[in-house]
Amino acid sequence: MFEVIFLQFLNGLDKGAAYALIALGLTLVFGTLGVVNFAHGALFMLGAFCAVTVRMFLTMETVTIDPTKLSPWGSPLEVREPLVQAWLGDFGAVLVNYSVPFSILITIPIMLLVGIALERGIIKHFYKRPHAEQILVTFGLAIVAQEVIKSIFGPNPIPQPMPTDLRGAADIGAFLGMQANVITYPLWRLIYFVFSAVVIAGVFAFLQFTTFGMVVRAGMADRETVGLLGINIDRRFTVMFGLAAVVAGMAGVMYTPLLPPNYHLGMDFLVLSFVVVVVGGMGSLPGAVAAGFLLGILQSFASMTQVKAIVPGIDQIIIYLVAVVILLVRPRGLLGRRGVMES
Amino acid sequence: MPTTFMSRNDLLLFLGFTIVVLAMPIWLAPFGAGYPDLLQRFMIYGIFAVGFNILFGLTGYLSFGHAAFFGVGSYTAVWSFKLLTLDAIPAMVFAVIVSALFALVIGFLCLRRSGIYFSILTLAFAQMSYNLAYSVLTPITNGETGLQLTLNDPRVLDAAIGQTFVGQPVPTLFGQQLSGYAGFYFCAGFLILAFFFAQRITGSPFGMMLKSIKSNQTRMQFTGFNTRPYALSAFVISGMYAGLAGALLAVTDPLAGAERMQWTASGEVVLMTILGGVGTLVGPVIGAWIIKYFENILSALNDNILARFWSFLPDGMADFMVTVTSKFVGDGWHLTLGLLFVIIVIFLPGGIMEGVRRIAAAVRRSGTPAAKTQTQPAE
Repeated sequence: MFEVIFLQFLNGLDKGAAYALIALGLTLVFGTLGVVNFAHGALFMLGAFCAVTVRMFLTMETVTIDPTKLSPWGSPLEVREPLVQAWLGDFGAVLVNYSVPFSILITIPIMLLVGIALERGIIKHFYKRPHAEQILVTFGLAIVAQEVIKSIFGPNPIPQPMPTDLRGAADIGAFLGMQANVITYPLWRLIYFVFSAVVIAGVFAFLQFTTFGMVVRAGMADRETVGLLGINIDRRFTVMFGLAAVVAGMAGVMYTPLLPPNYHLGMDFLVLSFVVVVVGGMGSLPGAVAAGFLLGILQSFASMTQVKAIVPGIDQIIIYLVAVVILLVRPRGLLGRRGVMES
Repeated sequence: MPTTFMSRNDLLLFLGFTIVVLAMPIWLAPFGAGYPDLLQRFMIYGIFAVGFNILFGLTGYLSFGHAAFFGVGSYTAVWSFKLLTLDAIPAMVFAVIVSALFALVIGFLCLRRSGIYFSILTLAFAQMSYNLAYSVLTPITNGETGLQLTLNDPRVLDAAIGQTFVGQPVPTLFGQQLSGYAGFYFCAGFLILAFFFAQRITGSPFGMMLKSIKSNQTRMQFTGFNTRPYALSAFVISGMYAGLAGALLAVTDPLAGAERMQWTASGEVVLMTILGGVGTLVGPVIGAWIIKYFENILSALNDNILARFWSFLPDGMADFMVTVTSKFVGDGWHLTLGLLFVIIVIFLPGGIMEGVRRIAAAVRRSGTPAAKTQTQPAE
């Protein structure tokens, strides 16, 4: 019995990690800029499609015809070789194999630029407008991003293979000194969890231990005073928007082997991560992370057959149900601050 | 004006609206939209948007879950067709009652919070309904296939009066089939009624209460008013409008699917209301018409039509223009919608009605420079 529960707990971690990463970025944007960003799911999706694009470039092939050999059908054998492999030899082959982790390096600057351009271009003009209008304009942007991706990459999901070495499962049970082969867990999910833990820790450390982060935290508490002290807080908040976009993008890149990305990936995750943010408490970073993992794990438990036998359909609604209950009994969410978003 | 039933402006607006709606088959024909199928959808989504505006436009509560009531209305109507009778009136009555009950329960819970929390709560309830309709409630909703009429439905009332049907059953009104223009005028009658009630509500003391909830709820509470019953009434009324629209959609096309309840469908009605003009009476209807019109026109365009359209350009440039514009039409018409929406929210937050008002004000100013009082047109 313990094994079953532990396994479900593990299963919830990777989805919870994705929720936590998206919710972290959403909260960061809300806490700094005070903007409710419905386009954040689209940033997650854009990150995923950065990985798709990188892989497309890496797998461009040259086709040469080898006249000395024949294929099984009797025609001259076509030799296909990825260009990267032709140029860089073995390193190129490794690059193709590890395209997903490699894409992160390219995704970071792209998402930073996208985020900053978005903030400077459009979001900037909405600070003083009502929250309803912020929701609406970012919702419109999300539709635009989704449709652009759809017209470029088509409507079907594009599977991304994970690196061959990381395909297996880790025997966590044996590692923890339990019976072998009882608790096994796909390696990539484990990597995703560790990756998200590192990113979350990085964001917190950045906010907690750097001067930049200190100024940003001060700005979150009292923007006006920080501005009066002669600090250009707007520029720092713009960078924070870029950072939130990078976090969402990286989360998207690493999630591609688990779920083939398609154009409505962003919308699918957006609704859930908004629920996560609200459950965690608007404007609370630890709340967002905690609620992300909590809801991911709850969802995993709710999809157990034993649970579904007692309450049919619970796996479909558990997250929303929890959100409704929490909002009704704890209006500010789990760790929300007083007076945030209560008009 | 307590002595007269309606002020002169209201009466003119209502009469004008009625004439425009009833004459739609005539004046929309040159735009290629003068056929009943599309006109029916104009009416139905017009009702949906008018109802949504009673909540969002008057009280300022942004609901992201109104599609749930729309879907509930559709399902109820189809069940009434299946179990009781193919007549449309009972179906509409049941749909409105059931969606009102739904709205009462959901509104009672959601209205305990305001602002973004309210939006998320309504979204959560709508997604729950959608997910349940797809999975566990399949016996009621028929899951992915959608609920539809069959020949061997019981139809108790029809059987009692010995009415039988040949072929695929279709909804009727007192034995008259509601297809084509009959269906359109049936829906148009409801849109005019819906508009009339919305107009009465907006002008009534109750409407004033709703507007004051939007402008300053705290002050209302300090004055000694309990605002929640008012907001809840607005929520239930707009839920009933959504249920009515859903039922009408089931009348014109007796097939109810769960995708009607998805949150993107809720987003669509928000778009309609914003595009037309939040808080105005005709704005949401116009927004609904524009979105449905362009959905129909743009999604029907394809590369061949575009090639003909650009054929006056030199070859290379024509090909280029076809490639560019084809991204915005056909399946990609949502991209146009999204762009249009972003532009509207950025530059014209009041929607089309604000644009009209600005133009009207500019014309009046240039026409009579001496006029010094700018009266706001009645909303």
